[in-house]
Amino acid sequence: MNVPLKAIGQPVSRVDGPDKVQGHARYAAEFDQPDLMHAAMVLSTIPSGTITAIETKAARSAPGVHAVITHENAPRLPYAPMAKRPQVDAQGGDQLKVFQDPTIRFNGQPVAVVVAETLEQAVHAADLVRVSYEHADGHTTFDRARGRAPSRGNEKAGRPADTEIGDADAALKSAAVSIDANYVQAREHHNAIEPHATIAAWDGDHLTLHDKTQWPDNDRDEIAHVFGIKKENIHVVSPFVGGAFGSALRTWPHVTVAALAARVVQRPVRLELTRRQCYTSIGFRPHTEQRVALGAAADGTLTAIVQEAFGQTATYEEYAETTLDPARNTYACPNVRTRYRLIEMNTNSPCPMRSPGVATGMLALETAMDELAVALRMDPLELRLKNYADRDQHKNLPWSSKELRACYRVAAERFGWSERTPEPRSMRRNGHLIGYGMATAVYPSHRAKASAAATLLRDGTALIRTAGSDMGPGTYTSMTQVAAETLGLPVERVRIELGDTDMPYAPVHGGSITMASVGTAVQAACQALLDDLAGVVKASPDPRLAAFKAGTPEWRDGGLAGPGGVISFAELMEGLGFDRITAEGQSAPGNESKTHSSAAFGAVFAEVEVDPDFGTVRVPRIVGAYDIGRVVNPKTARSQCVGGMVQGVGMALLEQAEWDERFGRPMNGNLAEYVVPVCADIRSLDVTFVPGEDTIFNPLGVKGVAELGLSGVSAAIGNAVYHATGRRVREFPILPERLLMG
Amino acid sequence: MLEVDKDRARHAVQPQHAFLVTLKVNGEEHRLNVDARTTLLDALRDRLHLTGTKKGCGLGQCGACTIIVDGRRVVSCLTLAVMNQGKEITTIEGLANGALHPVQQAFIEHDAFQCGYCTPGQIMSAVGLIQEGRTRSDDEIRENMSGNLCRCGAYTNIVDAIKDAIAHGLDPREAMTQAVEAIAQDAGREA
Repeated sequence: MNVPLKAIGQPVSRVDGPDKVQGHARYAAEFDQPDLMHAAMVLSTIPSGTITAIETKAARSAPGVHAVITHENAPRLPYAPMAKRPQVDAQGGDQLKVFQDPTIRFNGQPVAVVVAETLEQAVHAADLVRVSYEHADGHTTFDRARGRAPSRGNEKAGRPADTEIGDADAALKSAAVSIDANYVQAREHHNAIEPHATIAAWDGDHLTLHDKTQWPDNDRDEIAHVFGIKKENIHVVSPFVGGAFGSALRTWPHVTVAALAARVVQRPVRLELTRRQCYTSIGFRPHTEQRVALGAAADGTLTAIVQEAFGQTATYEEYAETTLDPARNTYACPNVRTRYRLIEMNTNSPCPMRSPGVATGMLALETAMDELAVALRMDPLELRLKNYADRDQHKNLPWSSKELRACYRVAAERFGWSERTPEPRSMRRNGHLIGYGMATAVYPSHRAKASAAATLLRDGTALIRTAGSDMGPGTYTSMTQVAAETLGLPVERVRIELGDTDMPYAPVHGGSITMASVGTAVQAACQALLDDLAGVVKASPDPRLAAFKAGTPEWRDGGLAGPGGVISFAELMEGLGFDRITAEGQSAPGNESKTHSSAAFGAVFAEVEVDPDFGTVRVPRIVGAYDIGRVVNPKTARSQCVGGMVQGVGMALLEQAEWDERFGRPMNGNLAEYVVPVCADIRSLDVTFVPGEDTIFNPLGVKGVAELGLSGVSAAIGNAVYHATGRRVREFPILPERLLMG
Repeated sequence: MLEVDKDRARHAVQPQHAFLVTLKVNGEEHRLNVDARTTLLDALRDRLHLTGTKKGCGLGQCGACTIIVDGRRVVSCLTLAVMNQGKEITTIEGLANGALHPVQQAFIEHDAFQCGYCTPGQIMSAVGLIQEGRTRSDDEIRENMSGNLCRCGAYTNIVDAIKDAIAHGLDPREAMTQAVEAIAQDAGREA
């Protein structure tokens, strides 16, 4: 039996904090190698066509240049198909194969890479490469008429083309009150502040990759298939990830470019994407247009939900999202119909971006709910409570836990929702229009197979290792707390190592699954370590340990308790003559996903302040209350929620790729013109976690946090803008011109 | 003087582009051959292996590479190494003096970061602003820290950390003196 030290639930400061504030934490581009060379990519400047000529002579003879690699001279790569397509990849079509043919599939596609002694030489020589094209007709416009159903791969992955329960269209027609509107969500880019970077170094047929990745194990597997080598020959190292928000879930073509370049020059090579390249060499949240129609009885009871989404995808790969999940299970409604269509465009592939699909679907659904509340002359919060979903009606399963009612109540109280006067334009302050808006937040909770190793060292400290990543949520810290509590050690005596394929397998660090997956594996590994240690104590002939053999071992205060007091781990190790003892632990989803549906929930309330002359919107405060199950670390969990609120401000008011249909590329590929929230945009953010534990979902009782933090935020802000102004802007972000013209 | 340029051969540049420079970083002088095109940021990261200063955009738009040069906040991606000879350069690695700087400590306590990549730039900006006396209100902190993007969205914690560092870690009289000096310097420059 373990007497908990209560490490879990404590607001422990980040264990990697001292390294991060001193600049000692090392990210992918920062691992120097002997004889390191630098790579610079040349990208296509047309969206569709064929390379007719590629002139590299000037680049090749430029100072310091060792190689210029194009489709004309690149080694043919096997690109062996993977037995099972990883869930982080697009589930249809085929990945981009770098330098394997002259076809141009999108503007910004890598067409050459220059490898030189220094970065300056590589960048300069890349400018000297001249590419000629034969243009071909492509698709650079978002045209709903070309929408088509997702293919079978995406259907199987939970992105169905059409679903229906009841008869939603008939119910809509006969509804006492209904609304029917279209919503646009702009193409958004992750823009993690660390650009994607890879350092590739070959030693014979062994490859080491220092890479920015949210999934080291899959990174290794993907590159092994591209090069047709055994995955055991590849070592991926990625201890720190400078933000990613989904952009580093999958292995992008530039990782192959780096490895290929290193193989050609037979020296280590670093390839760091420029900020502009981060708009076409990795993914983005797809531009999505939706129709939502809601029908209700006069008392607000929902009778019909129809939600249809059109999402953009690439021509060579088919990326689809779970945009319509919220329509199917957020509210109780007997008649629900969803339709999902994809529009192929000559673009780089979209990919998951924080709260993928769900943030987009919730934006439309929760705006529509606000419109319905207006049509019903009903309080928006009352409308949500009226249609509270006690079950997941789509899967026809009970929730493993759901404290959403408490979230609504707590957030409404903290926000002061009762002070809201319902009429639009009815609240003013200092010449500004004030608006209050709210929305529901939801994100499904999943878990995946994971493993970890726990080692007790001679000095009585513990070392935990797992291949998973920490892109910022605080995995290092929360795993330390889980291990400390399980082992009965203070957190200071536990050390964690992450992000290395030499460590036990971990699943993708995304979809908010890390705590439920890796956390439970760490817990299992620590428990296995204690069990092993108890076995060794029982078998030991050492007379000093005789008193500790009776009954169930009790681990506390950094050691094993017995009649005469506690024998510390260090004394135990000394007595047993061990330098270290290691145990591995695994965890995997059980039957719970067949018997229950699991999700994290929240309620978000926002206040906006609108300048009636200029249409500028400020957000003085956002209040959120969340049901994330057991909270391992309230400090870092809160940071994730406020981070989601900040990104929600971006989604609601600021962020959009300015897509140029003539060239098929975003024209604002930099951080001055792609506008993200800055410090001055953010005022008060208030986060509360409602009590709850979900031990049906997993033994730790946790649910996910990160994705949830973004869900619903932009709708709450948009609804507040409507309340402030009486204008409903249905195209996001709500730019001043859209508000003034709306 | 510290001879760090062990890898000179690797950084062999054409004679017409090469300059032998001396950079004084965190109180230590370093002699190295640099390409005329080498930014101060790349020299710090790739040549002196001071990777605490981060590259986020290379365009002066994100603030991740903020350092302090001769007492002023500078985005090191927008200045060349050859332009910074003889100047006093302070990077994140030079901030802790035995113990963590009060701003560093406050960033940890207030969880003023998540991924940590923008953090050195945030801290250097905060230190510079406090020294300049430009952190007199929440709004002033928010406005002046807006050149440092944090995509994880730690802004409220960053503001709290800076206020805490001012309240507990830094001598206000010292900050005031520095503020007066900074204003005088600005006035001199503008004149």
